[in-house]
Amino acid sequence: MDRRTFFKAGAGIAALGASGGLGAPALAQGAAQRTLRFVPQANLANFDPIWGTQYVVRNAACLVWDTLYGFDANLVPQRQMVESEEVTDGGKTWTFRLREGLRFHDGEPVRARDVAASLNRWAVRDGMGQMIRAIQEEPVQAVDDRTFRWRLKQPYPKMLVALGKNNTPMAFIMPERLARTDPFQQVTEFIGSGPMRLVRNEWVPGAKAVFAKFEHYVPRQEPASWLAGGKVINFDRIEWIIMPDPATASAALQNGEIDWWETPLTDLVPSLRRNRNIRADIADPLGNIGSFRFNHLHPPFNDVRARRAIAMALNQEDYMRAVAGDDRSLWSTLPSFFTPGTPLYTEAGGDILKGPRNIDGAKRLLAEAGYDGQPITVLVAQDQAPLKAMGEVTNALLTSLGMRVDFVATDWGTVGQRRAMRNPPGQGGWHVFHTWHAGADCTNPSSYLALRTHGDGAWFGWPSDAAVEAARNKWFEAPNLEAEKAAVAEMNAAAFNHVTYLPTGFFKTYQAWRSNVSGIIGAPIPFFWNVSKS
Amino acid sequence: MFAYVVRRILATIPVMAVVALFVFSLLYIAPGDPAAVIAGDQATPEDVERIRASLGLDRPYLVRFGAWVFDIVRGDLGVSIFTNLPVSTMIMQRVEPTFSLMVVTLILAVSIAVPLGVVAAWKVGTAIDKAVMGFAVLGFSVPVFVVGYLLAWTFALELDWLPVQGYTPLSEGLWPWLENLILPAIALGSVYIALIARITRATMLEVLQQDYIRTARAKGAGQRSILFVHALKNAAVPIVTVIGIGIALLIGGAVVTESVFAIPGLGRLTVDAILRRDYPVIQGVVLLFSFVYVLVNLMIDLLYTLFDPRIRY
Repeated sequence: MDRRTFFKAGAGIAALGASGGLGAPALAQGAAQRTLRFVPQANLANFDPIWGTQYVVRNAACLVWDTLYGFDANLVPQRQMVESEEVTDGGKTWTFRLREGLRFHDGEPVRARDVAASLNRWAVRDGMGQMIRAIQEEPVQAVDDRTFRWRLKQPYPKMLVALGKNNTPMAFIMPERLARTDPFQQVTEFIGSGPMRLVRNEWVPGAKAVFAKFEHYVPRQEPASWLAGGKVINFDRIEWIIMPDPATASAALQNGEIDWWETPLTDLVPSLRRNRNIRADIADPLGNIGSFRFNHLHPPFNDVRARRAIAMALNQEDYMRAVAGDDRSLWSTLPSFFTPGTPLYTEAGGDILKGPRNIDGAKRLLAEAGYDGQPITVLVAQDQAPLKAMGEVTNALLTSLGMRVDFVATDWGTVGQRRAMRNPPGQGGWHVFHTWHAGADCTNPSSYLALRTHGDGAWFGWPSDAAVEAARNKWFEAPNLEAEKAAVAEMNAAAFNHVTYLPTGFFKTYQAWRSNVSGIIGAPIPFFWNVSKS
Repeated sequence: MFAYVVRRILATIPVMAVVALFVFSLLYIAPGDPAAVIAGDQATPEDVERIRASLGLDRPYLVRFGAWVFDIVRGDLGVSIFTNLPVSTMIMQRVEPTFSLMVVTLILAVSIAVPLGVVAAWKVGTAIDKAVMGFAVLGFSVPVFVVGYLLAWTFALELDWLPVQGYTPLSEGLWPWLENLILPAIALGSVYIALIARITRATMLEVLQQDYIRTARAKGAGQRSILFVHALKNAAVPIVTVIGIGIALLIGGAVVTESVFAIPGLGRLTVDAILRRDYPVIQGVVLLFSFVYVLVNLMIDLLYTLFDPRIRY
């Protein structure tokens, strides 16, 4: 008997009369193997993946809702709920057929009209969906229970990318009654046809979410690869336990109270690795791209020379060391806007970020741009470690260029509000803020909002440049990979010429799990299928 | 007495009204945008604007305040912007862990601190007194989260006696419930123990100088009787006052403690809601805390009459 057991027994006996029994929480060994305890990156505060597009919502939604197509590890969309598709009318009509045996968690079969309603809702909120809506002849129509059709006014070669991509919002399929909800309102039920179902009465937002295996889910026969293939679940329950404190999560993992931690703090990984019961590895090979975001509406950064001056002086190594430390397996410099190691990666036009930094040249260019010493308002979210680190480096960089910095140390909620303000910086607006983009969102231009340059409609900072947009359109029309590569290279070069924003480098994070858990892979989403526990 | 209690309870209404106005106004002028958080980083400004409109956040101050007050008067705390759950449901989900933590902390703190303070006063100037006061200084000086980490490291990781984190409802058994609360209660109670021990010592020292204590000694009363029957009862009023005031300390400390030990209580709910700007939840929780605090103070006032019969309302 160890001391904990002794302690437990002593107190338990004393308490027996009052409690009516010990009721120790230990799970039977078999039950423990059938339950996976997972600490996600953030709190699952809401659960409509179309209404709220935070990554944590998408990740949980992948358990509950299924998609028509799914990206595999090669970023190629593969059939998931769909059995076959047909493209006719010169590429303008897409007809899809659902595979047999698909059921929602309430027992109802998945019908084409559910898909039609789901796609019509999704298309209001998603960038690619909006493009399709803009060229649709009519909304998605159900032809029969298993067949649906989308008729367009012009071909849209990237249809399967749109339906299978893993960027938020993903094209999840819901029952028609839920999918008819206004896309800007939350659904009130969480019924999907995915391999797990949400146990609603155990969901305590901010604390815990429990998913139970959906017994009627029929996985595909192909081997699983990211969102494609057979989603075989080896657990009866998957418990998402929210732990806001990294030290607590680290201790809980070491103590065996949790099985898998999605985003361990890099600083804690060495101590985790010293524990022979714990494995730690790169969470997502597609990593993240740090962003130095300019406001293009106001001086000095409404002048491309001022933005180029920053590009000439910006040292990505400084940023990455501040963000990810000295572990070079976690970061690299990135003279590109696109994710390294993916098919369309290019460094075209990225020379301005390479080689020795030119501080004097940058100062001259700033003077030419008419910078007159006005304060530069930099919004820095202190509650997000990478953003805080980037903000500190930017403060030093701008100061070294002779700029006056108005360093606004605040939280991410405030940055989220203030970055939407178009007022001049002195009147509640801003000049610079930092964020990062998931590498999975930057593998191609489809969902890359941060690289769009259509002025008022563009992402925060509202950049405007016809050349970037023209290159982007070429990618959507590209008939093959070579044409896609050419379009992306052109877009990358145009974006560097315009300095739409500045990548501060490419960085990855770790994930950690107990060594008795197997099947965990590195991917942009924590995939639970084919994971098991001994 | 009854009339006094009724009067005090009625007096909570204007207090709560002021708190409501203050909280709502503070949140209104505070920066931050829940719509931006909901929309995610990939959303366009137009998406954020539409979500804001759908949540009614684009309405003028007076309209929003009026609607909120109207709902409050009807007993409806509103619906969380993020979870779409009624605020009352979210609070009910979180009340038990926080209440459990506070009760265990309170019992632990009082049962340790009062005897410590009494003994320190009795043995004033000795090594025992110095040790107790040294402990009190330590309790005041070391932040709750540091105490929490040290306890978790020692008793959970190194000794494997207790779990690192989490909360088990009382309905699942007394030991599982208590097991999760021991370390958080010690961490949260450290400041509280220090505070009560110091006040108890100081008050006891004063009381022990009184003539009636000398009389009790002259009558041949035993040391224990003098300390705990004659002296402590007369020293109780300031001690009870500090215990009451300390409830606010506990509420504040619970926010940190619940984060460190991953206890899904009201403290964490408050922090999460503030970070996300979930206004209805923040308003609901702050109102609840204010109400609890007002009630605790009322109870303290009533307890005075038990300890000191001269006090009448």
